Parts: sequence; structure tokens; C-alpha cells
Amino acid sequence: MRELLELLERDHTLTVAQLAVMLDRPQAEIAALIKQYEADKVIVKYQTIVNWEKAGADRVTAIIEVKITPQREVGFDAIAERIYRFPEVRSLYLMSGAYDLLVIIEGKTLKEVAQFVSTKLSTIEGVIGTTTHFMLKQYKEAGVILEDEEEDRRLVVSP
Amino acid sequence: MTWADRISPTVKAIPPSGIRRFFDIVAETKGVVSLGVGEPDFVTPWHIRESCVYGLQQGYTAYTSNYGLLELREEIVKNCVASYGVTYDPRKEALVTVGVSEALDLAMRAILSPGDEVLVPEPCYVSYKACVSLAGGVPVTVPTKMSNGFRVTVEQLEELVTPRTKALLIGYPNNPTGAIMSKGELESIASFAIKHDLIVISDEIYANLTYDGTHTCFAALPGMRDRTILLNGFSKAYAMTGWRIGYALSNPDFIGAMTKIHQYTMLCAPITAQVAAIEALRHGQCNMLRMMEEYNRRRRLMVEGFKTIGLDCFEPKGAFYIFPSIKQTGLSSLTFAEELLKAEKVALVPGDAFGASGEGFVRCSYASSTANLSEALTRIGRFVKKYI
Repeated sequence: MRELLELLERDHTLTVAQLAVMLDRPQAEIAALIKQYEADKVIVKYQTIVNWEKAGADRVTAIIEVKITPQREVGFDAIAERIYRFPEVRSLYLMSGAYDLLVIIEGKTLKEVAQFVSTKLSTIEGVIGTTTHFMLKQYKEAGVILEDEEEDRRLVVSP
Repeated sequence: MTWADRISPTVKAIPPSGIRRFFDIVAETKGVVSLGVGEPDFVTPWHIRESCVYGLQQGYTAYTSNYGLLELREEIVKNCVASYGVTYDPRKEALVTVGVSEALDLAMRAILSPGDEVLVPEPCYVSYKACVSLAGGVPVTVPTKMSNGFRVTVEQLEELVTPRTKALLIGYPNNPTGAIMSKGELESIASFAIKHDLIVISDEIYANLTYDGTHTCFAALPGMRDRTILLNGFSKAYAMTGWRIGYALSNPDFIGAMTKIHQYTMLCAPITAQVAAIEALRHGQCNMLRMMEEYNRRRRLMVEGFKTIGLDCFEPKGAFYIFPSIKQTGLSSLTFAEELLKAEKVALVPGDAFGASGEGFVRCSYASSTANLSEALTRIGRFVKKYI
């Protein structure tokens, strides 16, 4: 049920009771649906988005464009799997256009990330070339604006 | 003689706004979760704001026709036809105003002679009776009841209509009660209006926020098109409250008269808002529906919430307000609101701000995030437990 998924995607802390009321469905039905989605991996994970800069932790994020040669029978999948198994790899996408894979890496320092790219990523068989871009500032993440404190500017009471 | 003594008696006679008084109290308190806001918590969708910015860049800064940009009037009429099946001549039967607030004021001033009576069902929006009085008319209150879902009945109207009654002012979906009226019920009202040869002013600003069935446009009812001054706007549907843009649709004589006043007092609605309104009508449907769905989900939370709290509550089917009765607590509306604010830092509006029929009720707006609403309900529940 699309509406249920959209609500959970926006705020996974909503309880089954709240969801049931909002969607005008019995609680048992909502609970069962959620369980099914989790089992089917339609709901992949419940996540907390952290503003690490605010938390004072050192984080460097890089976006790397990777060109690869697709392999016989398995296409891009085998190489993609070799890359995404690394815990440093936060996200990995197959793309259309000038390059094949978009890899998002996270490390503690620029040096650490650069080292990962040169020693672990570029060396994978099938990787022809990489172009690394370092992220300078995070404005918006997964639909959430990080800095803009969307304050309620409305009058507290109005007719 | 003081300066105050020199104020017009008509203005002096209008009671001070109940909302204003309570607002001043709330404004002093920090950290309040407010359910007292009568406007959407959504910001105007970006594409609408952007069209205004683009318009400014292109140099749209001059006066428009008194009636409003023709392009906007055409879109308004197109929207009316598509949504409600009633059509108007955009050149002569549509007027773009500075919010529905101005349209209401113009309607009253255009049709009322001193002493004319206007039937006004209560509880109602704070401006209704004031606009009638300011235009020299006499507002006649028609008290509606929770037991009847705050709908006005022909029987009630028949009891209060007199030879001096000129018009009936209705607003459904209703602020503050959230009540709506069915097609059949409105048809009876329409027959009443025809029987007594009354003009009907229908404030339909919450038309798209109807959660049960579809909204019935009063002007679309048989025989009502020319007899009705239809008011609507953009504030609630498109979250454009601060833009101050609305419109009136009616027969050319009424619109002509309203425009005559408007041309001298306002000249025209802000061009920036008019440009944005065109964009809203052309491309704003998607966002409007999403907002409506979000309000509906919150509405259900509020209804369930008040049931759990144990207060008698009529289920609202329109707008974004819920109007629970607080009579079980033994407190007056104002005392309830003030004590709740003190004890739990939750603001809601005492029902008597909307007329005497609102005494014993409080208006809670659910134009707020789910998190805020849940928190407010918890606090209200805690407070109410002390009294029931």
C-alpha cells in the first residue's frame, strides 16, 4: 500500500496505532502489511539521517565516477558486487551516460578516501578509470534540508 | 472628548475579536504547541513562488485591471467549470480581490442598505458579522448545534427570517466547526432562499478540503447561479494565505457593484499574487491533492485522539479544524483555553470567539505536523483528566 510506504519513508517512528488511524485501516492489517514488506525487502531498512558536521565528527564524502568493462554473462553486476562489499562504499548506482558506476564513499579524511580509491577501487579487475569528486557541503539529504531550520513563521493564533 | 469618543459608533459597536484577545495571551508564552493556527502549515509550493519571482524579473509590477488580470479570471472560471459545473463570463462575472476577506466586505457593501438583515449561521468565521455591521446591515445569528453536526436547517432559518432579511451568508466547509453540508441539505437551503427572494453569499474557501464525498458548490444548485455571490480563493487550497488573493463570482450587476467599490478602495489585487495564482490554477492540482490527503490523515488522528481523551466531539468532514465540546469539564471556553495554556502550553481557540454558539467548545486546528498534534493531544488529555 503506497500511502503506508510513503508515510514510513517520511517518518518511520510512526506507530502501527497511529498509521492505522491515519490510513483508516485496522491495526492488524497495517502490522501484517509492514511485516510482509519487511520480509519481501520492499522496506529495506529504517534509517536515521545524521548531520555529522553538527555532531563534530570528521567525515569526508567522495563521489566517484567509475568506468568499467562489463564482463561476459554477468555484465556489470559482478564488478558492482566487488565494489559494494566494501563497507566504505555508502551507495552504488549503475548509470547511463559518460561513466558506468557512481560510487559514494565515506572516510575519516581526504587521504583515507584517496587511498581507498587508489588501492582498493582502481585496482579491481575490470575498472578502466575513476574520477573522484569530493563533497564540500551537504545541503539536502534524502529529502531533508539540513541547514534550513524550517521555522514556523505563522502567527501563533489566527482566525 | 477623547480621540476614542470620536470613533464611528458602528465601529465601536463591533465587539473586539476573541481571537485577538487570546492571541495576545499566547504571544507572551514561550514553547507553546499551537493548535490555534487558521492557516496551512505548508509553505506555498515552490513552483507558485517561483512564478511570482519570474514575473517580478519580467517586470510585472504595474496595476492590473480593477477586475484582475483577464488571464487569471479565465483560469478561475475554467477551474469552476471543471470542478463544479457552473460557468461565468470572465469579463463581467468575475472579480479578483484581496483575499476572500475583501470579497466578503465588498459583497456586503454592494448589496446592503442600512437596516437590512443578513442571516448568519453560527459558530462562524470571525469576520462574518463584523462585515455585515460595517456595511450598515444587521447580522441575525442562526445558532447551529453539535447534535445536528453544526449544519443550518431551513426550520431554523424560517424562524428567523423577516421582511427585512436581504441575504444569507453561509460558509461550508466551515471554520471553526469543520462541518460540511450535503447536496440535498443545501438544495433545501436554496429553496428557502428562492422562497424569500434572498441573496446568498457562499464562502467556499475550504471547498477542496472535503473529506466525505465531494463538495457541493452552492452556485451550481438549480436556480442559484445568479442569486449567489460565490467566494473562493487560494489561501487554503494552495497555502497562499499571506499573498492576499481571492475572488468573487456572480451575476454582472453584483460583480459590477463590487468592482465599483473595489476600484476606489483597492484599485486592484497585487499583481504579484495574481501572477502566482495563475500558476496555482494551472499546475497546482497535484500539490493541492497531496496537502488534502495529509490533512485527512491528521483529521483521523485528531478524531481518534479526542475520543481517547473522552471529550464529546463531532467528526468534522471539512476544512482543517476539529471542534470538541469541553462542557464535561465544567469550564467556560475561555477558561479552558487559558488554563490549558498555563498548565500544558498548548494553545487552541476558545469557541466563543466564533459566536455565542461556540461557547462550551474549543477550536483545534490540525494544520500542524503529526508530531505536534500527537504531543498536543497527550497534553490536552493530561489536562482534561483533572476535570472529568
